[in-house]
Amino acid sequence: MLTIRNLSATVQDTPVLKGISLEVKAGEVHAIMGPNGSGKSTLGKVLAGHPSYEVTEGEAIFQGKNLFDMEADERARQGLFLGFQYPIEVPGVSNSQFLRMAYNKRAEALGQDELDPLEFQDFIHTKTSLVGMNESFLDRSVNEGFSGGEKKRNEILQMAVLNPVLAILDETDSGLDIDALRIVGSAITQLRRSDNATILITHYQRLLDHVTPDFVHVLQGGRIIKSGGPELAVRLEKEGYDWLLEEINL
Amino acid sequence: MTQDLSTLTSQTYKYGFVTDIESESVAAGLSEDVIRLISAKKKEPEWLLTWRLKAYRHWLTMTEPKWAHVHYTKPNYNEIVYYSAPKPKQAKYASMDEVDPELLRTFEKLGVPIHEQATLAGVAVDIVFDSVSVTTTYKDRLAKEGIIFCSFSEAVQEHPELIKKYLGTVVPPSDNFFAALNSAVFTDGSFVFIPKGVKCPMDLSTYFRINNKESGQFERTLIVAEEEASVSYLEGCTAPQFDTNQLHAAVVELVALDRADIKYSTVQNWYSGNEQGVGGIFNFVTKRGLCKGVKSKISWTQVETGSAITWKYPSCILLGDESVGEFYSVALTNHFQQADTGTKMIHLGQNTKSTIISKGIAAGKSSNAYRGLVRVSPKAKGARNFSQCDSMLIGSLCSASTFPYLEIKNTSAKVEHEATTSKIGEDQIFYLQQRGINPEEAISMIINGFCKEVFRELPMEFAVEATKLLSLKLENSVG
Repeated sequence: MLTIRNLSATVQDTPVLKGISLEVKAGEVHAIMGPNGSGKSTLGKVLAGHPSYEVTEGEAIFQGKNLFDMEADERARQGLFLGFQYPIEVPGVSNSQFLRMAYNKRAEALGQDELDPLEFQDFIHTKTSLVGMNESFLDRSVNEGFSGGEKKRNEILQMAVLNPVLAILDETDSGLDIDALRIVGSAITQLRRSDNATILITHYQRLLDHVTPDFVHVLQGGRIIKSGGPELAVRLEKEGYDWLLEEINL
Repeated sequence: MTQDLSTLTSQTYKYGFVTDIESESVAAGLSEDVIRLISAKKKEPEWLLTWRLKAYRHWLTMTEPKWAHVHYTKPNYNEIVYYSAPKPKQAKYASMDEVDPELLRTFEKLGVPIHEQATLAGVAVDIVFDSVSVTTTYKDRLAKEGIIFCSFSEAVQEHPELIKKYLGTVVPPSDNFFAALNSAVFTDGSFVFIPKGVKCPMDLSTYFRINNKESGQFERTLIVAEEEASVSYLEGCTAPQFDTNQLHAAVVELVALDRADIKYSTVQNWYSGNEQGVGGIFNFVTKRGLCKGVKSKISWTQVETGSAITWKYPSCILLGDESVGEFYSVALTNHFQQADTGTKMIHLGQNTKSTIISKGIAAGKSSNAYRGLVRVSPKAKGARNFSQCDSMLIGSLCSASTFPYLEIKNTSAKVEHEATTSKIGEDQIFYLQQRGINPEEAISMIINGFCKEVFRELPMEFAVEATKLLSLKLENSVG
């Protein structure tokens, strides 16, 4: 589904990704971990097409097409979803208006029917319950005045609405209390299917208690320095990254 | 950064064409003779000529104001044509059939409903082309309700007592430099009179068009709503694309008696000059409403998108007890446009209330200033004001300023002022893009969200028009 080959990228001429290769197949969940500043969030933004980053080398083939040949909005319409670490506020634009527009963009790309506001109302109802979100949030401006946890839940709601082929969730677990973490974790698990895939970018093991990854990758200095199974995340949580860095230096 | 927020390319101004029409103009320049000529052409009564000349003599003693946050080369007032009119086949159009077809096509092209049968349901229109009113639709139907809606010149002929009673009572000729100039040379405009107890059954509208290259436009609008009357009035304007600046110095006066309600909405789209800041309209306008009666209400809503320079402060004088003044404004500037706009809320009566919502959007190298005064006089017990002034910047070469003035002379007053400045950034656009929305739609969505509190005050068709207009004006501004 996604094949990243030797990907390098810079931000303002500073190299931040230095030759990343990764293969994600349908039905898989990958966790990307690593210390602060290792390039985890950057990887998500580069794949999604954030304008601040420049791809200097490599390719990312997503469903047979190179992502880097597409604009950010086209990548999204093709089924790539990025859950933001810091979701952006859009004052005056209601959440439901925004969600419907996004939904219809994706529907159009899939050759499906667009939903009018009434149809969308019925559709969204099934999704808000999945993330345990009060429907009053739909009438509020996008992320405006939302708490950190509410913003994150709103990201998962968007993911549920857009039904992506590949979801990259950037530190979706940060800022969530235990109950919210459980709800978000179970929502991600419920959205998991054999024909989609998820990349979880996270600092901690705690989200992985709710969503079991098939693979865990550790990023350091813009490179993947180790890949393994779920047990790798458990060990990192217990012992930190130092042992791993030492192992690499050996 | 791979995308540069300050990259600006051309925007299209689809109203920039010139109508090739035979017109009758007086020679450029201003003198008592020119004023006498204008007055004579309009067959005005002696008192009005005297009024004009008095204003002119006062104007000669005045200097152009310099306090606004705008920079421009002062117009040469002797190079302006003060009277230009499309030449009619007869002295006055008896019916639409006599109007030059070229002129009709002009308004069709502008999307202005000039034929009653083709109009949007429920909007009556007065059409002003350069210095004169061309036609007014639905006049007869409105007359049945006792409503007078006609060109200003016609009102002078047919309702001189009303004009004499109200003209200059809200904006006296000596008020300011441009108001004095307008009082001396105004050529046409609209007059609205809603008699006691009548709710105007349709929106009234005037469409202003400047066509002549050298002409200035000096129109005068007067709206009077008697006790318990109410009216919603819309104003639209465009001008052709010329590389010289043209002066538009209008005066609008509103009078609301006891429990009367006047809602005045403007979508201003005068030509703003090209990307290098050459040409465009100088929009120096005085608009003021007098809430004369108890519980009267005047509400201004403006969407200012055009003009090279906008200098405009639609204001309310809250004289009647419990009267209400409102000002809702969106001012958008791009390229080299400059806007210094805002309002004045003068609280004189008791328990008067005012609301100010101002949204300034600056893109390109433009400058966008809000300037507003809230004055509570010593006698205005229980006055309340709420002001909110938000600015949004697109790119890094533009500027937004806020100049709030508060003069509170009564301790029982409650005055609140909130101000914010935000930046449309690539992060906001990227967020929407990541949800499949293309950048143009993303910008339009962000801007419309930002302006929502103002747009919801506009009549439906105007709101749709305003939304489209803002998107058009900002095309290619970001990314």
